[in-house]
Parts: sequence; C-alpha cells; structure tokens
Amino acid sequence: MSEMKKIKNLKEFSTSADRFEGANLLCPGCAHSIIVREVLNATNDDLVLSASTGCLEVCTAVYPYTSWDASWIHIGFENGSTAVAGAEAMYKALKTKGRLKQPDRNPKFVSFAGDGASYDIGFQWISGCMERGHNMMHIVLDNEVYANTGGQRSSSTPIGASATTSPAGRISYGEKRNKKDMVSIMASHHIPYSAQVSPNKWKDMVKKIQHGFAVDGPVFINAASPCTTEWKFDPKDTMTIADLATDSLVFPLYEIIDGRELNITYRPKNIVPVEDYLAAQGRFKHLFKDQYKYLIKEWQERIDDNWAYLQRREEAKV
Amino acid sequence: MAKKGWDEFEIGAMLRSFDGKIDDIAGTRQEDRDYSENSSYTASVADWRLIKPVFNKDYCIDCQFCWVYCPDVSIISRDKKMIGIDMDHCKGCGICVEVCPTNPKSLLMFPEQEEEEAAIASWPAKNEEK
Ligand SMILES: Cc1ncc(C[n+]2csc(CCOP(=O)(O)OP(=O)(O)O)c2C)c(N)n1
Ligand code: SF4
Ligand SMILES: [Mg+2]
Repeated sequence: MSEMKKIKNLKEFSTSADRFEGANLLCPGCAHSIIVREVLNATNDDLVLSASTGCLEVCTAVYPYTSWDASWIHIGFENGSTAVAGAEAMYKALKTKGRLKQPDRNPKFVSFAGDGASYDIGFQWISGCMERGHNMMHIVLDNEVYANTGGQRSSSTPIGASATTSPAGRISYGEKRNKKDMVSIMASHHIPYSAQVSPNKWKDMVKKIQHGFAVDGPVFINAASPCTTEWKFDPKDTMTIADLATDSLVFPLYEIIDGRELNITYRPKNIVPVEDYLAAQGRFKHLFKDQYKYLIKEWQERIDDNWAYLQRREEAKV
Repeated sequence: MAKKGWDEFEIGAMLRSFDGKIDDIAGTRQEDRDYSENSSYTASVADWRLIKPVFNKDYCIDCQFCWVYCPDVSIISRDKKMIGIDMDHCKGCGICVEVCPTNPKSLLMFPEQEEEEAAIASWPAKNEEK
C-alpha cells in the first residue's frame, strides 16, 4: 500500500495542491465543493472518480470545461457507483494479469453522488457495489433534497422541511416522512467502514477518508452538505449551518467498523438546541408558526432519542 | 475558448485538464501546471460577484481556516502562509470572512468596485467587546 499522507494540522493540510478547480458553476457558498476538496486533499495518490447526475456533476463538467484534475467519469444519475466499480474491477484484472504500466501507483476509487442519487435512484447500484466487495468509496453529498432540479423531496429530506413536492402551507407542514438511515443500511452490508462526516469538522473528515482509503473493501460515507439555495440561508453562513448541524446532533458524527462496531467521533462540548438549527434555515420557517410549533419539540425528542441510541450502540459495541 | 454549438458535441466527450503529461499532480502547484483550455481553471467567475473579500495581512495569523473552507479554491496558501485571493475564481460567497477568527478580521467583504487601498484604510479597529 502507498504511504498515507501526513496531515497533523491545518497548516500542514494547506500545503496540499488541489486537484479540484474553481470557476465551476456551483452556487456561491455550496458545501459540495468544500467536501470534495477535503476528500481529494486527504491523499496524494492517483484518483479515479465519478459523479452521478446532480449539482456536483452538472456544475463541474460544463462542456467544454472540466473542474477535475483527475480521471473522472459521468454516465447517468443512478450508476456513478457502478462506473467506478467497473473501473476498479478492470484495474484489479489488469494488475493480476501483470498488464499495468505502473503497478505500484495504487489509485483510489471514489464515487460522489447526491442524496437523490444515493438514497433513492441509485440505491440498488450502490448496494450491489457494497455487496460485491469492490475496493472503492461511495460518498453522498447529503443536502437532503434534489437540489439540481429545483428542490424536490428525497428519502433523505427530514420531517417538516418544505420542498417543492412537499410544500409547507396552510394545511401541511411540509415533508412528513422520516429521513432514511442510510449509514446503517450500508453498514448492514458488513462493509469494513461506513461513517457520517461534515465539512466543518475537517480533521474528523480527513481521518475518516484516510481510514476509508486504507481499508480493503467498500466504504460508505454520508457527508452533510448544507445547500444555501434549498435550505434557504445566506451563502456566507454555510459553515455556521454545518456547525449547528453537528453541534445540535442533527448530524451526529460517527463511524461503523465492519458493520458491527459503532464509535462516536465527535461529542459537542455545548449541545445546541435543535430549534437553533431549524431557525437558521428558511426551509423550516413555517415550523415557528403557532400551528406547527409542536413539531419543534418532536424534532428535539427525535434527535435526543437518536443520540441516546448511538451512545447505547457505542457502549455495547454493536 | 470558442464554444461549440449543441449539435457539434462529440458523443462520449473526453476532456483533458492538462496539455502534455504531469506525473505527480498532487505534488505540482497550480502555478506550475500546464492547464489545457478545457480546465475550468482557465475560465473565470469574477463577474458573479457583487461583493468581494479584501485581505488585510496585518492581522492574519495563517490559521488556514479560510483555505480549508473556501468552496472555490480561491484562497492562495503557499508554504503554510495565506498570501492572497484568486479573484478569477472567487464568487464572493463570504465564507472566508465568517470563518476568520482574528480580531479585527483579516478578511472583510467590500463592494466589488471599492479600491483595495480604500478598503484597507477603512479597516475597523479591534472589537473590545469580544
Ligand atoms: C434517471 C434520471 N432521473 C432524473 C434525472 C433528473 N435529475 C437530474 S439531477 C437531479 C437531482 C439530483 O439530486 P441529488 O442526487 O440529491 O443531487 P444534488 O443536486 O442535490 O446535489 C434529477 C432528479 C436524471 N438526470 N436521470
Ligand atoms: S443548489 Fe445547493 S447543492 Fe446545488 S450548487 Fe447550489 S448550493 Fe450547491
Ligand atoms: Mg441532493
């Protein structure tokens, strides 16, 4: 295996030579590219990447431009994961046959996809990749909505969020279904590593990505990706929203080893009320009307309950 | 570069980011790379901005928060030092100003047309309340 890149602190991290370029067409303040930079800069190895249809893909490959300084492929919405799995299978085959020109370069195989592409439309493709044991990483840029087509709900959209297909109004508080627990579903494939990350905790992110690159077999990463356009907050506040997400435990940071051992990787010193997280985003604005206020209490209970559940699992090592 | 019409696209287009060969991209800084005209590095989004960040190096402690959280690879850090902003690729989102921990801040947003010297001259003093 190639040597792991040493990243002790942020100063050292900042000596990375980015392999993702600006003048892409993502919205100002979009978290997708912050996540991508942290992931790509976690290694010096060659990269074989894919992106499923969605904001990241559409905005970084606007013909005749590409924003990627690595092998990068796009096919469709559902099959970014299998595109990378195919490349990885070919790499393994050529290596076994001794036909690689540079057999020691150890490329990393990563597929990026939105929550729509992962939780819904590419679900079975990702499941197949995890089950077949490819040496690859699938990373979800989880903005809890189909952002690129104008904000339709996905199975990652949380209760009470207003989306264009589940709009809040006089008789509805917006999305009614609970967010799918994708990390657990993927961990249940007994893959060596699955984790939830958030771009504001760059060190936790880098540690998990490096761990994911080091293990043999499929890795699943769910990355919280605050979306200025669909979550409705000012572009300058992306990291503030990410801080509220991790510190209110709406996006708890943890990892699951071999589908069996859960570790919490970040415990906020001061846990922020979920209400503060909701209040900072326009998509939850209606929850503060008298009619829907009870949902804020339900939100807090749900998050408390989930945090207690994660702690129980950690303690019991399951 | 000259844009192609929608009916002139090649099926299964392949774009090369660089002209010629780079063996160690992760070890080659942007200024030493041979970008092709297909890399978005050769394009600009400067005209997206209404407000722009101005960098005042007098207060900067080189913490690199702005570097890691910039969505547009527009904070130029070399040898662990923040040396400036890439104004061709900055979209003016303002995240760098939000995450800057110094007092006063080392980065502030100004109207796009403001001259840099005037911006620096109007820099606020240390906020004692913090
Ligand atoms: C099979 C298929 N269905 C629908 C679409 C239309 N489509 C393009 S992008 C997109 C939304 C992507 O949402 P998500 O995966 O969450 O990524 P995001 O844009 O939010 O980052 C949709 C529905 C498509 N391209 N292909
Ligand atoms: S709509 Fe959201 S996810 Fe898409 S580019 Fe804009 S901020 Fe990013
Ligand atoms: Mg999405």
